[in-house]
Amino acid sequence: MSSTVPTFMPPLSKLGPVIALLAACAFFASQSDRFLSSQNFSLILQQVMVVGIIAIGQTLIILTAGIDLSCGMAMALGSVIMTKFAVDLGMNPYLAIGCGMAVTVLIGFINGALVTSIKLPAFIVTLGTMNIAFAVTQLYSQAQTVTGLPEAMGFFGNTFQLGQATFTYGTVLMLGMYVLTWLYLRETAPGRHLYAVGNNPEAARLTGIATNKVLLGVYMIAGLCYGIAALMSVARMGVGDPQGGQTDNLDSITAVVLGGTSLFGGRGSIMGTLVGVLIVGVFRNGLTLMGVSSVYQILVTGILVILAVATDQLTHKKG
Amino acid sequence: MTTPVQAVFQARGLVKRYGSVTALDGTDFDLLPGEILAVIGDNGAGKSSLIKALSGAVVPDEGEMLLDGKPLHLKSPIDARRYGIETVYQDLAVAPAMTIAENLFLGRELLRKGMLSRFLRLIDKKSMLAEAEAHMRDLKIGIRSMKQAVGTLSGGQRQGVAVARSTAFAKHVVILDEPTAALGVKEGNMVLELIRNVRDRGLPVILISHNMPHVFEIADRIHVQRLGKRVAVLNPKHISMSDTVAVMTGAKSAEDFPEEAHA
Repeated sequence: MSSTVPTFMPPLSKLGPVIALLAACAFFASQSDRFLSSQNFSLILQQVMVVGIIAIGQTLIILTAGIDLSCGMAMALGSVIMTKFAVDLGMNPYLAIGCGMAVTVLIGFINGALVTSIKLPAFIVTLGTMNIAFAVTQLYSQAQTVTGLPEAMGFFGNTFQLGQATFTYGTVLMLGMYVLTWLYLRETAPGRHLYAVGNNPEAARLTGIATNKVLLGVYMIAGLCYGIAALMSVARMGVGDPQGGQTDNLDSITAVVLGGTSLFGGRGSIMGTLVGVLIVGVFRNGLTLMGVSSVYQILVTGILVILAVATDQLTHKKG
Repeated sequence: MTTPVQAVFQARGLVKRYGSVTALDGTDFDLLPGEILAVIGDNGAGKSSLIKALSGAVVPDEGEMLLDGKPLHLKSPIDARRYGIETVYQDLAVAPAMTIAENLFLGRELLRKGMLSRFLRLIDKKSMLAEAEAHMRDLKIGIRSMKQAVGTLSGGQRQGVAVARSTAFAKHVVILDEPTAALGVKEGNMVLELIRNVRDRGLPVILISHNMPHVFEIADRIHVQRLGKRVAVLNPKHISMSDTVAVMTGAKSAEDFPEEAHA
């Protein structure tokens, strides 16, 4: 048993996303003088704050070979609930934030329960809850933006100076969440079980891992991420926006796949997703600086996601 | 096997019905210490139902099982593992994207010392690597790096990892379901060698196989399952391969053979 079989994932592929990010930066720097400024970089970080936190939940779900289309709509519902509870009902803002997050966790629980108990495909389940969350958001808010928010809700949108650049507290929270998730996935037994469930659920079950518990937990943690993203969105926009989150599902999936995580589950890393989020953010920002209309930006995102998925398919084909 | 030996793992009168089909019709089973017991039988003989009952995957309708002479009631494969009965399934139940060390300890990760580490369930990668290496060396499985993803290994090496995992934790019995079925000749021989190494370390092995040459090469005794019952336990040293197949298919009766052919 000493024959050596070459590994099918060369180390270069792990650097792929970083190289793509640097290439995108180089391209936009050559197109616009304003791109390479520290203000612009802090702007990009602020712009990706919400989708960046959503993408953490999306990564965990995709690692288990699932997918979540409901993330953006769950986030929008959470933000409408926390703002309306605080403004219309006069609820203590922290309690209102808690209520909004409870609702996004509940959506995660429903997704996870349907996936584990009735074995429905995650794609269909979350397509359903996406529409339900959208409808509930519109009905409850009557499609009206919620304004006049208490100051406490804006904290994560506040900024501080670091040298030339301006950062929001939300950006710091986002980066902190990435580090925590990275440690969780790499260094803890539950983190490794999550990979095993995505890689070979039957093998995981036979080794005694409670696969359904792992999955349900993952969908609920993702729901919590969407709740935190809802608070970030409220803080950044200063309003509760019932029209928010509409592109976040595709954006987050694009970011996850661009970051090298396989849609087949079991392979990938959270720091790859951070790079993927930055790639999406840099494209959005760079194209805006070049004066390209937002419709073309959606077009580019569509092309990016297909390219990324095709690469995944070719490198990780099963068997 | 003339002196009475206490069987490690026994079953008496196991019955398992699926609707109108009787898969096990009062079958007996005995596994002796330190032996390789092959279980053979034609399709539909109840071979896989027997193995499922012994590994906890199904609960028999009637009959009893004894482990070291004590009654045993298995409700699930996890239950069986708790009693030190480990099963390696036919379809190579490994996680290909994870490393060898991770696969060996999957679901039973070693945790770092200290209260906080236990609470956070931080894994001890260094110890897992070291123990994986030592264990693989013990079994003479020549794989250099435990950090290799299992997906990069050959079929035989993967089977080696699966066997190593079960033997690392089995205290009583290892059950191997068609361990050589998916392998080429050379790789099949490597796995047979590995099974011998497991037995030589004192663990009794139950081997389910269709491959008669493999069975005759390594089995100490052969349990023949037919029509839901154990029809014979044969001694491969004193009976030919074709006669064994004849007993298995019902072409000949086990009573036709001399005393020494039985075990």
